[in-house]
Amino acid sequence: MRVQLFATCLIDTFYPGTGEATLKLLREFGVQVEVPKGQTCCGKPADSGGYSKEARKAAEHFISVFQGSDPIVIPSGSCASMVKNHYPTLFKDDGDMQKQAEAVAARTYELSQFLVHVLKVHEANLKGKGRITYHASCQLTRELGVREEPLMLLQALKGAEFVPLPQADRCCGFGGIFMAKLPEVSMAMADDKVDNILSTGADTVTGCDHGCLMNIADAVKRRGASVQVKHMAVVLAEGLT
Amino acid sequence: MSASAQGIPFRANTIKALHDSALRAAMSNATETFAIKRADAVSAVPLEEWREHASSTRLQVLDNLSYYVDLFAKNATRAGAIVHRAKDAQGARDLIASILKDRGVERVVKSKSMVSEEIHLNDYLRREGITSVETDLGEYIIQVAGEGPSHIIVPAIHKNRRQVGELFAEKLRCEYSDDPMVLTAIAKKVLREEFLSAKAGFSGANFAAADSGSIVVFTNEGNGRMCTTLPPLHIALLSMEKMIPSLADLPTFMRLLPRSATGQILTSYTSIITGTRGPNESTGAKEMHIVILDNGRSQIVTGEYREMLKCIRCGACLNACPVYRSVGGHAYGATYPGPMGIVLTTLLDGMEKAHPLLDATTLCGACGDVCPVKVPLPRLLRRLREERVERGFTPTLEQQAMAGFGWAVKSGTLFSLGQKAAGVFLPIGSTLLKDGVLGRMPRPAAKTFTRRVS
Repeated sequence: MRVQLFATCLIDTFYPGTGEATLKLLREFGVQVEVPKGQTCCGKPADSGGYSKEARKAAEHFISVFQGSDPIVIPSGSCASMVKNHYPTLFKDDGDMQKQAEAVAARTYELSQFLVHVLKVHEANLKGKGRITYHASCQLTRELGVREEPLMLLQALKGAEFVPLPQADRCCGFGGIFMAKLPEVSMAMADDKVDNILSTGADTVTGCDHGCLMNIADAVKRRGASVQVKHMAVVLAEGLT
Repeated sequence: MSASAQGIPFRANTIKALHDSALRAAMSNATETFAIKRADAVSAVPLEEWREHASSTRLQVLDNLSYYVDLFAKNATRAGAIVHRAKDAQGARDLIASILKDRGVERVVKSKSMVSEEIHLNDYLRREGITSVETDLGEYIIQVAGEGPSHIIVPAIHKNRRQVGELFAEKLRCEYSDDPMVLTAIAKKVLREEFLSAKAGFSGANFAAADSGSIVVFTNEGNGRMCTTLPPLHIALLSMEKMIPSLADLPTFMRLLPRSATGQILTSYTSIITGTRGPNESTGAKEMHIVILDNGRSQIVTGEYREMLKCIRCGACLNACPVYRSVGGHAYGATYPGPMGIVLTTLLDGMEKAHPLLDATTLCGACGDVCPVKVPLPRLLRRLREERVERGFTPTLEQQAMAGFGWAVKSGTLFSLGQKAAGVFLPIGSTLLKDGVLGRMPRPAAKTFTRRVS
């Protein structure tokens, strides 16, 4: 099986290790991974900021880079939802582009979605360690409806203990431009998230969106707490060896 | 800012709110309690079916709004009420003040009404020499404090019982207590006198049934019933979109509104008031005036944001919103706070004033999930942000950054140049701006993922 990987601009720029973990994970389960050249950003920051013209430019570029019919895997709920849910709406006045957007949307998967529904990774012999809790990011949960898949993966990790996070699907305060526009509120929301994380006694918090994880990691650092913040792909890839 | 208007100073308001630890604790406790109670109350009912039905009923009204308003007016008139139409806030204020002045009324007891807040009725009446006494306990508290409501259902949600105790001790000159029972008894004693002596009562309406000309008022304290039945004169103010086609549609909303608002199965009191006191009836006003307020709604209903008018003011989206929960309602600087408030304020008061409120959402979608009438709040918020950009209400620097983004995003080469630039400038920026967003970003990797795999 072949897939196209969209690494996302955050992972590409700040967290290449998560990209490598995603590659390792997919390859371990027999998937041939292509990382299409010229990929940039899905356009989500522009779209949620109301800059539709710029979001459309990003979408046009994405569609031109991700040609073919292989599944597109995206290790981010908000970027995957951008492609799946927002691209078709962005081109509502352009029939031809809308068709292309819908075709791209139809073959796009968020990583945990792909791991569970296509590769059945939760049925494999996965290893893990420590006490792990999970932040359910907003677009992943509410726009893509991916609620159970990450939990199925984490609960399948032998040797690790999964502990549910109170108010797991409460926004962490990242919100793209929100973080820049209302930094004080954003930090207060991230602090509330950290309170919940620390209440679980987990040594690791994971999630499927590096935007949230970046915001949470910053709040953890400010708190001086020792809990590790890791993307789901990293947690799962660590259990492969 | 290219379009010069400064608008509501939302960020400054949030900073102030975040420094108020009593406010933060009160907000967090109360909103969490309501959110949990709501979740419990809807867990064992066919919620999706009810929401769908409620939404389509509300849409049916909006599709035929002037028809239902006319039908309501005709039936309410037949039942003995005098129906007035007000085009805007000033029109409604003038109507209400003149009804009261013509009858020599100097004091009016008032049941909680957000529409009356929208038109700033109390301030206006005071300037006209008429005292209005709020009789909902929460409204009474904030009236004594000289504040506006910070929640559309729970006006004093931002206050804890110690603050209420201190307020009553100072303003009502009673002994300090922070026991809610004692505080309620103090208010009850004051308000009972007001009810019995009032020459006029004022109420809003949760719904107005077009087929019978009835107004429907939900309250938990019975004060609404006192206001609408004890005084000889009753004035009801309602915004035109409060219509439901028929009293037969009411059960849907009786089930949904309290469950969504406070997690109650029903409100304690549901009053259905149809016209004036009949010949064989022992209670009810002898003279009833109904003021139907437009205030921009007949325009909104024809536009792309019309679904906002489905809103039944339950407050569920406020309780679910992580921004509202963090900063409370006063930070919004408007009558209606929270997600529904951002949309409604922008529509009613205009982009010039309301544009900063459009920052007050992470577009997390929690509001849309809990709305009992399926107002697509996240979609409306996003669309308003789009309109804000189109009309030039975002900062120039942001517009330039986004234009640069739009240029670079189309080319892998340009984009990686941008990433390299970020590698140089982000660490410098984050040293300079420790409290800003840059200080909270990690350092870019020495080699990007796509370069590593190419």
